[in-house]
Amino acid sequence: MRATNLIGFRVSRAGPLALLQDAGRFGVRHLGVTQGGPADLHAWAWANRLAGNPWGTAVLEVTFGGLELVAERDMTIALTGADLGIHHNLQTAPRWRTLAISAGDTLSFGTPVNGLRAYLAVAGGFRGDSVLGSVACVVREQLGGFDGQGNTLREGEMLTVNQPEATPANQTAPESEQRDYRHPTTLDLLPGAQIAAFNGRSLFEAFNAEWRVDQRADRMGVRLTGPRLQCAISTLVSEGISLGAVQVPPDGQPIALLNDRQTIGGYPRLGNLTPLAASRLAQCLPGQTLRFRAVGIDRALRHHRRFLQIFR
Amino acid sequence: MKPARLPCLERAGLDGWMVRLFDDIEEHNLLWLTALAEACEAVFGDDLLDLVPSYTTLLVVFDPFRISPCEARQQLIEILDHLKPADAAASGALHELPTWYDPQTGPDLQRVAELSGLSVASVIEAHSSREYRVFALGFAPGFAFMGLLDPALNCPRLDTPRQKVPAGSVAIAGQQTAAYPMVTPGGWNLIGRTPARLFDRNRDGFSLLRVGDRVSFVPVDRATFEAQGGNTTPATGEVTK
Repeated sequence: MRATNLIGFRVSRAGPLALLQDAGRFGVRHLGVTQGGPADLHAWAWANRLAGNPWGTAVLEVTFGGLELVAERDMTIALTGADLGIHHNLQTAPRWRTLAISAGDTLSFGTPVNGLRAYLAVAGGFRGDSVLGSVACVVREQLGGFDGQGNTLREGEMLTVNQPEATPANQTAPESEQRDYRHPTTLDLLPGAQIAAFNGRSLFEAFNAEWRVDQRADRMGVRLTGPRLQCAISTLVSEGISLGAVQVPPDGQPIALLNDRQTIGGYPRLGNLTPLAASRLAQCLPGQTLRFRAVGIDRALRHHRRFLQIFR
Repeated sequence: MKPARLPCLERAGLDGWMVRLFDDIEEHNLLWLTALAEACEAVFGDDLLDLVPSYTTLLVVFDPFRISPCEARQQLIEILDHLKPADAAASGALHELPTWYDPQTGPDLQRVAELSGLSVASVIEAHSSREYRVFALGFAPGFAFMGLLDPALNCPRLDTPRQKVPAGSVAIAGQQTAAYPMVTPGGWNLIGRTPARLFDRNRDGFSLLRVGDRVSFVPVDRATFEAQGGNTTPATGEVTK
């Protein structure tokens, strides 16, 4: 890393939730510290790629919109993920491609048009205060982010960036990778150990019914509403929870657990969403509908490795 | 359900295996879980992303780009074949947590006394006369689930959790006890407070307590509590939604 501390942006309007996210905080979950990292791994990875950054570089995750940034220098950036009505000065900002901006330019995020979370990468990467090996910002734990204290962005704050090694080439993500988040989706789920404890009707419904994304959705987890699932196990002795676990509390309404989930828990689980299915869920707005599809490990691993191959 | 034969490996996504060693919560489990975690660190090396020990299980999280679940499973089977429990005498650091037991810091002392049919003094005596083991960390960074409590003190969680439990609060629920490292919501019965810094950025690894550590609570008076930097702000007795 270069030693120089460059100011990249000034926050001229703080939205409800803008968080710095690198790949996440690893090797510390035994301390009760959660994983963090981008809720949408797919869009985050593309943002870095298009800005010429290696895997793991810190990116800004903007949820809902509302944020406005003023560039303090000429920079190369990339915007991916949700369309939050983003403007570059007075024009609609192009997404899913490399973009050069100039000192004094404004990036203004509106409200969700398509998806929920947008990713802003800057060539060289944002520069946060690493805590326990990561700058991933987890508000609940007061860890990470620009100040290391887990704060979301505040008005007037200056955002530091690293000097890029070189100006990245202009790139556009393939159209097949530019996601449309508006349509009902089907999420791949790897069945887990307690799946046989759900009764037959519940299993049928889990994979055939339509599930609705509830208002109670954040970076910890997304609650889904639909038919009531019944499991012979009501609670387990608490155990580690992996990314994308779909737990079913006694009310029978599943909760898919995302990056900021608690490290251990004791509800029976249908299984785990694949990392990319969890990413897709993180772009769903309350009220959107989805289905689950059981997927085998070979297919899921092949699919995930193909994705990682592009970036790592 | 018929109990599965133990130990067993359960799929936990495409980057994890849940190693289930036991059915029931017992102190002895920790020696096996500690040994298993150490063996995983040695064998998996850089392929390992995280280990999450809990009462009866160890969640092993690996990098799916470097190692497949099938390969990871083979390695775990070999580790389990040769696993021996850690040495009981050598395992687990001992921590003494000074604790000011008082209605001001422990607004549920009276409730616990009523539920258990003991006097407040006996509740304090029962809680502070045992050495506990840390079974798991979770809920919040540095939050250690410890046990097992004197069965006489077994009290359910509050019906409605408090919105803000002060940092350092010493609490009990069911068979377990804990101290809150930071201000969080919480539904456990608050019986006192420790000035110990349970999660401290200036400490290597931040968390004072680790799985397998031994902990005892040492009653101190208000003056000692304050001298050690304890915060005397009353916890709200009122339970708010």
